[in-house]
Amino acid sequence: MPILLLLLAAVCLTGCNTVVMNPAGDVASQQAHLVTISTLLMLLIIVPVIALTVLFAWRYRKGNTNAKYTPDWDHSTQLELVIWGAPLMIIIVLGLLTWISTHLLDPYRPLSRIDEKRPLAADHKPLVVQVVAMDWKWLFIYPEQGIATVNELVTPVDTPIRFKITASTVMNSFYIPALAGQIYAMPGMDTTLNAVLNKPGTYEGFSANYSGAGFSHMRFKYHGMSTADFDAWVAKTKAGGGALNRADYLALEKPSEREPVRRYATVENELYTAIINRCVEPGSTCASQTMADDAARVRAVTAKKEMEARICTPSDTYAEAKQVALVSTPRKN
Amino acid sequence: MENHTLHPLLGRLSLDAIPYHEPILVATFTMVVLGGLAVMGAMTKYRLWGPLWRDWVTSIDHKKIGIMYMVLGLVMLLRGFADALMMRLQQAIAFGDSMGYLPPHHYDQIFTAHGVIMIFFVAMPFVTGLMNYVVPLQIGARDVAFPFLNNFSFWMTAFGGGLTMVSLFVGEYAKTGWLAYPPLSGILASPDVGVDYYIWSLQVAGVGTLLSGVNLIATIVKMRAPGMKLMKMPVFTWTSLCTNVLIVVTFPVLTAVLAMLSLDRTFGTHFFTSDFGGDSMLYVNLIWIWGHPEVYILVLPVFGVFSEIVSTFSGKRLFGYTSMVYATVVITILSYLVWLHHFFTMGSGASVNSFFGITTMIISIPTGAKIFNWLFTMYRGRIRFELPMMWTIAFMITFVIGGMTGVLLAVPPADFVLHNSLFLIAHFHNVIIGGVVFGVFAAINYWFPKAFGYKLDVFWGKVSFWCWVVGFYLAFMPLYVLGLMGVTRRMSHFEDPSLQIWFQVAAVGAVLIAGGIGSMLVQFYVSYRRRDALRDVTGDPWDGRTLEWSTSSPPPDYNFAFTPRVYDNDTWTDMKRKNYLRPVKDFVAIHMPKNTAAGFVIAGLSAATGFALVWQMWIFAVLGLVATVGAAIIHTFNYKRDYYIPAEEVVVTEAERTRILEAANV
Repeated sequence: MPILLLLLAAVCLTGCNTVVMNPAGDVASQQAHLVTISTLLMLLIIVPVIALTVLFAWRYRKGNTNAKYTPDWDHSTQLELVIWGAPLMIIIVLGLLTWISTHLLDPYRPLSRIDEKRPLAADHKPLVVQVVAMDWKWLFIYPEQGIATVNELVTPVDTPIRFKITASTVMNSFYIPALAGQIYAMPGMDTTLNAVLNKPGTYEGFSANYSGAGFSHMRFKYHGMSTADFDAWVAKTKAGGGALNRADYLALEKPSEREPVRRYATVENELYTAIINRCVEPGSTCASQTMADDAARVRAVTAKKEMEARICTPSDTYAEAKQVALVSTPRKN
Repeated sequence: MENHTLHPLLGRLSLDAIPYHEPILVATFTMVVLGGLAVMGAMTKYRLWGPLWRDWVTSIDHKKIGIMYMVLGLVMLLRGFADALMMRLQQAIAFGDSMGYLPPHHYDQIFTAHGVIMIFFVAMPFVTGLMNYVVPLQIGARDVAFPFLNNFSFWMTAFGGGLTMVSLFVGEYAKTGWLAYPPLSGILASPDVGVDYYIWSLQVAGVGTLLSGVNLIATIVKMRAPGMKLMKMPVFTWTSLCTNVLIVVTFPVLTAVLAMLSLDRTFGTHFFTSDFGGDSMLYVNLIWIWGHPEVYILVLPVFGVFSEIVSTFSGKRLFGYTSMVYATVVITILSYLVWLHHFFTMGSGASVNSFFGITTMIISIPTGAKIFNWLFTMYRGRIRFELPMMWTIAFMITFVIGGMTGVLLAVPPADFVLHNSLFLIAHFHNVIIGGVVFGVFAAINYWFPKAFGYKLDVFWGKVSFWCWVVGFYLAFMPLYVLGLMGVTRRMSHFEDPSLQIWFQVAAVGAVLIAGGIGSMLVQFYVSYRRRDALRDVTGDPWDGRTLEWSTSSPPPDYNFAFTPRVYDNDTWTDMKRKNYLRPVKDFVAIHMPKNTAAGFVIAGLSAATGFALVWQMWIFAVLGLVATVGAAIIHTFNYKRDYYIPAEEVVVTEAERTRILEAANV
């Protein structure tokens, strides 16, 4: 019966709208491919195990007195080798596949191709989109175009995109199944996702990590269009007016659900940096500033100790040795 | 919260905390009260309070404590499953304009409670109960190493569960998911008492689990019958040993991380906040450093259960005992090296992700070896398809599918598209139901005659079995498909109507599982009614192979009149072959531990302290803490901790067994 159900599922995968297995972006396609390959590789061992379970259960049932019965047989070195060796072989292959694919499909790694046939130059410049997960909506900032949107993402097809991702209050996960795998959106942190869309169309994007009461509706439409259409859309957005400055952001940040699509013709400079450093609110200290201050304070304290050591230590050679050690230790700020 | 002034005595607790405006909760409360009154009335009528207190609540007999753990697991299963049914119903109807019958505020508490209860108060009590009951019998001991501690551990677990249940009617439960990741579980996003209930119920129960781990390790290491070298221990005892090592090493991590979370919430520290240098990802790492080994804490004991059952019902020695033991030990060690696979999507580098992906896959090698060992134990056996064996076959077929999807999720780029999806939900229910739950049911059907002296009814057992197995596939295979359709977990409402049919099928599956649970309760009742027909007089109803089957069913308080000597792995089979003669004379007095109420009292005070901490009733919290520590100190002055069962009483008990055995002509 489970095998039947598996078959049913397999039939469905081709028939149903399984976006994960039939995506529209090259990264997601490679990930789907990996899902298929890994599954087939594992079926090499899973199918025989299920078949043998059923076979042995039937053949060695109590009623079948024709079957051989060896109550004290409990060891066979050859079988043990197979038992440990066969899974080992499969895991070695799968492990290699994992190592290679994890590095190739690392979301931080700049893309090397648009699709199977079109490679990308190493120095290509991707379209940058800054993504902010908020309670419970998505803010997209296009720093190069100087525009921003809420709950709507638009990009040109066949153009590499670099998403920079953070969150305003709690953790979310930025996921467009048709485009590429997900990555967490975390407050105070900045994650990266490189992806490319190959087919124009409208796709679903959402948060894949539960984030509170409005989570179910934290969704947005993702439109992939030609470069010309994208440029027209940017121009239209710019012409539409509206500005996103810090005060607007603070108002937008308040929890709300099912926000309608909004577009902003201009965005205040360095807004995304301020969001990551949690200092959008006027008068608040940026995390980067606090860290720099801390580092400076540590440096001052160390320098003072160094001085004291120099004065108090009876042996000059010892003080010098210590100073050398201090100077030569690289200090991370 | 700072703008709230706390009531000097009641803290945050006020009448508003009682959810009398929630009809579902009011109805539940009414039912609980009526049911409770009925049970209490019946107990008073049949004068059962005294026996309950003397024979169970204060008992330090490992067998009774084991049974109480199983009862706790069963009761909490009903609660956890009620949550599951409510979720399945909500997801089956909440499409488009229909918002379903549960608002997010309620739905989010339900999925959190479902996860917490099923792991901590269903699966954990079940496996702990099994280990408690079976391990001392399997190693030929009279009790665990620290019998009082055992009673105390049980009550800490039970009161922790009780604290979770109280949240249903006083205040609310966490709306964070079962691991309560900050910042969502922090004070800013979750100012209510829900997360505090979560923290304190797990802190109380966690102490119980940890101490029970210490106890069982000491028992297995120090109290084995003479001749039982480590490599002659039954496999269930081996897996129990490894499980308890895991418990002792990992539960302190849980305690520490929850303590830090509560400091953040209550005293404004910044371990896991987004500001002032806090790092919520530290929490995610720490909780999974506990959380992943926890998965193996649940599944290793049932691997042991399956080993015992396959060998017994195939009428054959276990194939590859040594490789089975090494596989268990390897799994134990590796389970510490894989935690990061729960959050590949956090953005660690490719090398870190690959490392944890590959270590995860490596675990499938010893696990696979185990499956093969069971397979080759069946090979050339004489398999009797009694209920425990049926559950085992269902496990072997179901678990490998869950294992396969698990390894798939261990490939980081594949995980990026499947993480947090219903595919993941299907995967872990596939291994937890197909592994742990099937294993526990196999174990219940296997050891029930030992514990109660009669077998379980086969007909209702089969009804339950088929409901569960078919129900499981119907409920979770659609979730695999939905995961591939990009549907994420913890949603209370959907827009896409094409998904609905899959959720409806899953809901039907859940109803079938409800039938399985119901049939199991009927099975218990019918078996009790038919107990004379199902009686096990020999103490060895399955032609068992290990020591627990050498004593009577149920075993006497002292388990074994004389400590057995062990010469072979399958000790009891070995004894039967050598025509072992049961000793019938020269009995001596037996030294036994004495019952005490201290465990119940101290655990109750701890839970009361927890309740006070949840509501920030600082005065009561301090009083509770003082009382808890005080009760523990007072207990140390109790010197009447043991007694002797006089030789005459042993003679009478054993003579009765001789008479029964002769009457049955065994």
